[in-house]
Amino acid sequence: MPKVSPKLASAVKCSDEFNAEACMHCGICTAVCPMGYEILPRKLFRYVQIGLEDKVREHVSDIYSCLLCGMCAENCPAKVNIADNVRFLRKYINENEFNLS
Amino acid sequence: MPLPTKDILGILADNLNKRKSVLPISAATATRWAKGLDIPKSGKTILYTGHMYQLIPIIDAMAGQMAKFEDAPITKYFGLGRNVNKFVNMTAFMGMMASKDEQKDYDRMLRNIALLLKKAGVDFGYLYGEELYSGALVYDEGLDGAFAAHAKRVFGLFKKHGVSTVITVDPHTTHTLRSIYPKYIPDFNIEVKSYLEVLAESGIKPTGETGTELTLHDSCVYARHENVVDQPRELLKRAGAKTNTPALCGKNTHCCGGPLESLFPAESHRIANNRAEQLKESGSNVATMCPICLVSLRKAAKGTIKVNDLSDTLAKAYGI
Repeated sequence: MPKVSPKLASAVKCSDEFNAEACMHCGICTAVCPMGYEILPRKLFRYVQIGLEDKVREHVSDIYSCLLCGMCAENCPAKVNIADNVRFLRKYINENEFNLS
Repeated sequence: MPLPTKDILGILADNLNKRKSVLPISAATATRWAKGLDIPKSGKTILYTGHMYQLIPIIDAMAGQMAKFEDAPITKYFGLGRNVNKFVNMTAFMGMMASKDEQKDYDRMLRNIALLLKKAGVDFGYLYGEELYSGALVYDEGLDGAFAAHAKRVFGLFKKHGVSTVITVDPHTTHTLRSIYPKYIPDFNIEVKSYLEVLAESGIKPTGETGTELTLHDSCVYARHENVVDQPRELLKRAGAKTNTPALCGKNTHCCGGPLESLFPAESHRIANNRAEQLKESGSNVATMCPICLVSLRKAAKGTIKVNDLSDTLAKAYGI
């Protein structure tokens, strides 16, 4: 049974850096990503929005291997700041998993 | 086993907090390029290198070592390495391994930029040994505590020297100073411009028609975040150069893979190879505008195409 983390869900809600609400799940971001990830970004953002911290944790290496090149955001029809969202997740993991700031 | 993300990020943050740079280099290494150019110390307008070009030969030497560690059992000792690094600046040793020829090469690019600005009639100073790295990598990795403290340090330096305009030489420093610092420092009031923007706005004249034909590789950061797309093309057009267009360019440019070099070298090389193949299709003479793109694509191209910094092309075209 997937465990929902209120901490992650509320961190996302309170932040003005993470915002994926406008995402329509069209998949253009995945199609244009030079890394060719299946998880990044839209599936991952869905896990984040519903607070599935364990699922997010499984993908730590994908989160840090995003190039932040911004090709996804450039082509996003809903104008989601995708790279900013990925950077927010790094910040969250640094602070809550790695004890780094 | 991949490289240990936590320990590497820890080293980057420790270095920025303790030594004011992710990869601390000596003042001699950082300022060697400016020797004999008679650039005044400080000034209202300054040329700000952010150490990016000077760091590349050192990063290149380190990257060779790191790539060997990826998937090697030695990665489990990175935590120990982080503890040692708190007391001994391990980057200093890597600096010794940097190739002298490569250092000369990157120093020349900075000299080109300074001489182009002089030719365009721009008055500027330089902070020499006081100049600091921008903190770009630490920001990208989400190490906000270390980044925020560093941004304040850099702003303090500008205020101390009465700087009001900063001319940058690479996309990462341009973006960090122009678009990220104001988010962390509400009263940040420094005008930040890339040297390409300054030159394009100036009346700089070429010495003649160059007839050069080249393929321009746009930097993701310049194109998508800082709207630096037309300026390099305008400068090349003025000099009569023919610019070829790769399949992915301008705001839809393809990343060089460089941002992953420190944590995921193999993936970084895969992306760089993909981009080098795309560039090959539109010509054998490529120009980059970012030192990270330059080193990544040069390595990927393995000499099959020429990859140079745009400042070299501009220096030739404008009679430097």
